[in-house]
Amino acid sequence: MNIIFKNVGNTTYIGLAGELDEHTAMYTKNKLDEILEKANSRIVFDFSGLEFMDSTGIGVLIGRYKKFRDNKFSFFLSGANSTLDKVLTLSGIYTIMPKLNI
Amino acid sequence: MNNKMILKIKALSQNESFSRSTVAAFCAFLNPTVDEIGDIKTALSEAVTNCIVHGYNHGDGDITIEAEIDDDNTIHISVADNGVGIADIEKAMQPFFSTSPDERSGMGFTIMESFMDKLEVSPNTPSGLIVKMTKRLNKEKSEV
Repeated sequence: MNIIFKNVGNTTYIGLAGELDEHTAMYTKNKLDEILEKANSRIVFDFSGLEFMDSTGIGVLIGRYKKFRDNKFSFFLSGANSTLDKVLTLSGIYTIMPKLNI
Repeated sequence: MNNKMILKIKALSQNESFSRSTVAAFCAFLNPTVDEIGDIKTALSEAVTNCIVHGYNHGDGDITIEAEIDDDNTIHISVADNGVGIADIEKAMQPFFSTSPDERSGMGFTIMESFMDKLEVSPNTPSGLIVKMTKRLNKEKSEV
């Protein structure tokens, strides 16, 4: 799992590359927490490099949403492949982190 | 003639990626679509994660994955462990049910159910859980 981020204006783009499952979940959580501590108010996750993610990844996203509730971030998700888009849709996470086409 | 594989792995999270890729490679001769492979890998990953996280609670144990492809281009996958099992299977299969809802989505069985054609969850003997899933491949191609 590779995680990079970039600040542009009021937005922090967070790019995930690799596979997000039980094995990479803890590293991903810690890395995202580290980035979100100093992030801008608008967060855009870029999943275009993410080859695989299962419901463990949904748990990671929901966990970050709850943990940073006081920061008043607005989260967006982008770049999911068709399988991942189905996982995200099924989980209902787009209602709290809308899909962004970039 | 049916084709079959059996894979026995330690319940370690680093084996998840290996088991997904192995089962995906096993069905490659059927020329599945990218979406079909994605569905199978995701459903399998949910089942294996359940064994590691719930069945064995991150402790020691074995997971047996069997995959069989029949003459009807249907893949039958079973994922079995000898862990603690699930007392109320029906309840555990409800969407969003989770024993640790803060960091877990509770979507595992729902994903298996919707990404595969059929899902069956039953207790294993003497202990643990067996998850059986089937999916017919090349459905769109063969029905045209």
